[in-house]
Amino acid sequence: MKMEGEEVRIGIFVCHCGSNIGGVMDCKALVKYASTLPDVVYTEDNLYTCSEVGLNQIKDAIKEHNLNRVIVASCTPRTHESLFRDTIQEVGLNPYLFEMANIRDQCSWVHMKDKEKATEKAKDLLRMAVGKAKMLEPLEKIKVGVTPAAAVIGGGIAGITAATNLLHQGFNVFLLEKTNQLGGIINRLYKLYPSNELGTEFIQKKIEYIQNHPNIEVLTNATIKSVYGFVGEYDLEVEVNNSTKKLRAGTIIIATGAQVLDAQYVQEFKGENVINQADLELQLKNKTFDAKNVVMVQCAGARIDERPYCSNICCMTALKNALLIKEQSPDSHVTILYRDVQTLGTKYEETYQKARESRILFVKYSPEKNPIVENDHVKVYSELSGGKEISIPRDLIVLSTPLVANPDSKELAQFFKVPLEENQFFLEAHVKLRPVDFATDGVYVCGCTKWPADIPETISQAYAASSRASTVLSHETFEVEGSTAKILDKSKCVGCEICIKICPFGAIIKNEEDEVDIIQVLCHGCGTCGATCPHKAITVSHFTTEQIISQIHSFGGD
Amino acid sequence: MNEKNKAALVIGAGIAGIQASLDLGDMGIQVHLVEQRPCIGGRMAQLDKTFPTNDCSICILAPKLSDCARHPNITLHTLSEVVGLEGIPGNFEVTILQHPRYVDLDKCINCGDCVENCPVSVDDEFNVGLKKRSAIYLDYLQGIPAKVTIDDSVCLHFIQGICGICKKVCDKEAIDYEQKEEIFNLNVGAVIVATGYDPFDPTPLQNFGYGSASNVITALELERIICASGPTDGHLIRPSDGRTVKKIAFIQCVGSRDKNYNKYCSSICCMYTTKEAMVAYEHDNELETKIFYIDMRAGGKHFRKYLKRGEEEYNITYVKGSVGEIREDEDQNLIVIYEVSNTGEVKSERFDMVVLATSIIPKQDADKVAKSLGIERDKYNFIKTLPHAPMITTREGVYACGCCHEPMDIPNSVVEASSAAALAAEVIRSSK
Repeated sequence: MKMEGEEVRIGIFVCHCGSNIGGVMDCKALVKYASTLPDVVYTEDNLYTCSEVGLNQIKDAIKEHNLNRVIVASCTPRTHESLFRDTIQEVGLNPYLFEMANIRDQCSWVHMKDKEKATEKAKDLLRMAVGKAKMLEPLEKIKVGVTPAAAVIGGGIAGITAATNLLHQGFNVFLLEKTNQLGGIINRLYKLYPSNELGTEFIQKKIEYIQNHPNIEVLTNATIKSVYGFVGEYDLEVEVNNSTKKLRAGTIIIATGAQVLDAQYVQEFKGENVINQADLELQLKNKTFDAKNVVMVQCAGARIDERPYCSNICCMTALKNALLIKEQSPDSHVTILYRDVQTLGTKYEETYQKARESRILFVKYSPEKNPIVENDHVKVYSELSGGKEISIPRDLIVLSTPLVANPDSKELAQFFKVPLEENQFFLEAHVKLRPVDFATDGVYVCGCTKWPADIPETISQAYAASSRASTVLSHETFEVEGSTAKILDKSKCVGCEICIKICPFGAIIKNEEDEVDIIQVLCHGCGTCGATCPHKAITVSHFTTEQIISQIHSFGGD
Repeated sequence: MNEKNKAALVIGAGIAGIQASLDLGDMGIQVHLVEQRPCIGGRMAQLDKTFPTNDCSICILAPKLSDCARHPNITLHTLSEVVGLEGIPGNFEVTILQHPRYVDLDKCINCGDCVENCPVSVDDEFNVGLKKRSAIYLDYLQGIPAKVTIDDSVCLHFIQGICGICKKVCDKEAIDYEQKEEIFNLNVGAVIVATGYDPFDPTPLQNFGYGSASNVITALELERIICASGPTDGHLIRPSDGRTVKKIAFIQCVGSRDKNYNKYCSSICCMYTTKEAMVAYEHDNELETKIFYIDMRAGGKHFRKYLKRGEEEYNITYVKGSVGEIREDEDQNLIVIYEVSNTGEVKSERFDMVVLATSIIPKQDADKVAKSLGIERDKYNFIKTLPHAPMITTREGVYACGCCHEPMDIPNSVVEASSAAALAAEVIRSSK
C-alpha cells in the first residue's frame, strides 16, 4: 500500500557479481529496461553492488534522488538481504523498503547456457520486483528483553566448558544433565589424546569447579518437559527427580553429545571377544585387559549404506589405544585394519607416525571384501597387496564403531524448533560460517550433538557456542525480525483454529478473550498461517496479499 | 556491564580475525582489528568457492567484511602490524606500527583514475602473480576499505623521485606522498592472534616440475583461474597457451606428510581438491579429473557425501597412489608417472594441467609475530597451543585461532575464532 500522499520513488541497482551475472546477461540492457519501469526514478549497474563502493553508491543515490524504495538485482537474499537492508537504514530509509530481484542464483546460474533468455527472464524478475516494491510498507523490528542467563543442556565436556565460560563472563547458568552425574562419555574413557591425561581426573577437576560456583544451578536427572518462549526469554519446564522445576534463560546451548555404537550392532564383524573401543578403554582403565593379539577394525559400522559418514574421531582413538597397549605390554601384537587413516594436522599425524614406528601393523581393507572374524584369527584381504589374503592371529577384536546421534535428539530438536540432518545430528545454520548457530536466534549447538568431534574440537565448539550466546546475553534487549504474521481483520476470524494447529513455531494461541492471537516474537514470518486461513483473516507483513498480487500482475499484466 | 570494559586486540583480518572481532563487538566489547594488508579479507577472499556447500567464497565473506567495517565497536587498522606487547592479562600495552598508505582514507573515493594512469606494472599478490597490478592499486575488487594504496617499494616517485601522475590525476587530492610510518600504543585487555598461513612453494620438489613446466600450477593458482573475478575472468585455460583444459591431474600432499618438507597433514587439501575438481567440471562438463592421494581424509560434516557426489556427478576419479614424476612433452602436456598403491603397478598418463595441493605452512613472518607477542611456537613454527585448549597460547591473555596454530578449514577457523573471543571476553570481563 502506498503511503498516503507520498510519491513512490524506486532506485534499481543491477549487480554484475563479477562475471557471475555480467558474464551471462547484458546488465546494461537490464539497467536500460529498468529505467522504463513505472515509479523507477534512478538506475545504475555495479560490478559488485555489495562492495563498499556499491553500498556507498546506493546510499548516495537515496540521498540525491530522494529514493524511498530500493531494489538490488543480484545474488540471493539468503546471504545479502540483511546487508542491503542495513545499508538503506544507515541513510534513514526503513530497512523493509528494500526488495531483491534474484537474478543470479535463480537466473544467471541456472540459465548459463541460454544468455538471451536469461536476460529476458531477468527483466521479468525486475518488473516483478518493482511491482512488489511499490507496495512495500515500513516495518519495525521487535525488541525483546534478555534474561542474562543461559540454559546449557548436557553435562559432558561440551556443556561444562560452555557453562564455565559463561560463568566467567558474569552470566548465570542452568546446567541440565539427563543422567545422575556430570562428565558424559569422558567418565568412561581411560587416557586422553593428545595429552595422555586420565579422563576421570581431567573431567573431575572441571566438575568440582563448576559445582562450587555461586552462579550456576546444576540439575542432574533432569528431563525437559516443555519449552516455551524465544530468544531472550526461554521458559523451560524440567522434571528433576519427580518434581517439576521452572526456569527462564535468555539463550540455550545444546550440548547433549552422542553415543558410541555398541559392537553387537555391527553385523559384519560378529564373534567371540569382539568389543568396541569404549569397551577396550574400560578394560584398560579397570586393568582387566590381558589380550596378546589385538586386531582393531576401523570404520566398523561406518561408511556403509546405513551410516555413510566417517565418524571423524575413531582413527585417533584407535591409535591412542594401540599405543597404550604397546606401552603397557610391549610383547603384544596390535594390528589396525583401516580404510583411510584420518589424522589431520600436526599432532595427530605425528601420532600416526609414532604408531607406525612402534611396530603397530596397518593393513588396508576394502569394504567390498570385508575382513572375516574367525575364532582365533582374522582373515583380511590386503588392498595394498592387490587383495592378497592375510591371516592375523587374534584373541581380541576391537571395533572402531562410530558415534551415533542420541535416540532422543528428534524430541529435543522439536522443543527448540531446530533441524536435524539425515543422520539425526543437529543441523547448524550454515556449515561454513555459522557452525554453532541455528536459524533460530538464541539457540546454539556444540560438540558431538552436531557431528562426531574429539575432545579438543568439542572444547573449541563449546567456547564458540558460549561466545555466540554472549553476543545476546550481553545486552538488555535483542531485536528480532519484524516481518511477521498479523490478524488483519478480527471480524473475519471464525475461530476454526487451523492456524493454531499448523503454526510450526507455536506462535498462535487463543488469548484470554478466547480470540486467536499471534505472539509476534515467536513468529518467524513463514506464512503458513496466512496461506491456510480460509477466511483471509491473517496477513503476513512484507508478503501481504496486495504485495504478491501486484508482483504477479507485473509479471503477467492485469 | 559493558561500559568499563577494556578493549580487545585482534591480529589478522582473515575470516578468523573477522569472526572473532564480530563476536567481541557484538558482545559490546571494543575491538582493534589489525591487518597487514591494505584490505581485510585474508585467504578466504582469494578462494573461488568453498566446500562442502560450494558457496561462492567472496559472496559469503563480503557481508562479514561490511559488518566488520561498519561495526560501531570495531576499529580497523590496515597496513599495520603489532611490534610489541607489554603488561598482564586485562591490562596489556600493545605497540602498533602503521605503514603509510600515501592515500587519504577520507578523501579517496576509489574512482580508479590513479590506477589507470600509473605506469608501473608488477605481480599482483592477490592473484598470486597471475595478473599484474600498478604501484597504486586496490588490493582486490571487493576489498574493504575500498581505498587505493601506494606500494612504495615499486612506485617511481619513491624509488626514483619521478612520475607523480597519480597525484596529478586525483581530483579529490587524496594522494599524500608525505605520509610517514606511525607508531602508537593501545591499551587492551586480551589479544587474539589470527594471522593465518602461507601456501608452501613447491619449486624445490623438482620431480613435479613446478616453475619449469608452465601448466603445473598450485591449488591457490587454480582458485584464481576458475574465479570469475580472477586473471582469466573465470575461463579454465592453460597458462602456457590459453588452451581450454580437458583433463586435470590433482596431486595431494605436496610438501605435506613428507619428511623432507612438512611432516604434518595440511588437513584441508583432500576436500578443497575435490571442490576444485567439481568447480572446474562446472566450467566444462567434458572435463575429466583424477585425484592422486595417499589417504582420503574427509571426517568433517557431510564430507564423505561430498566426495561421493564428486565421483558420481562430476566425473572425478580418485586414485590411491603416489606420483613419482611429472614430465612435460613438446606440446606442454604433462605426463604423470605414478604407482598404483593397490597393485604396485607403475603407470603413466597424459594431462593438460596438473594441480598441486601444496601444504599449509606458517606465515613467513610467524617468527617476528611470535617474538613481538612473547609467545612460543611449536616445532613446525606454528603458534604453540595447549592440547586440550587449542586457543590457549604460552602467554596468558593471548589466544590463537585458525591456521596460525594448525592447518584447518574455514568452519574450524570460524569455530576457533568465536572460541578465542569467548576466552578474551572472560579475561576482559573479569579484570575490570
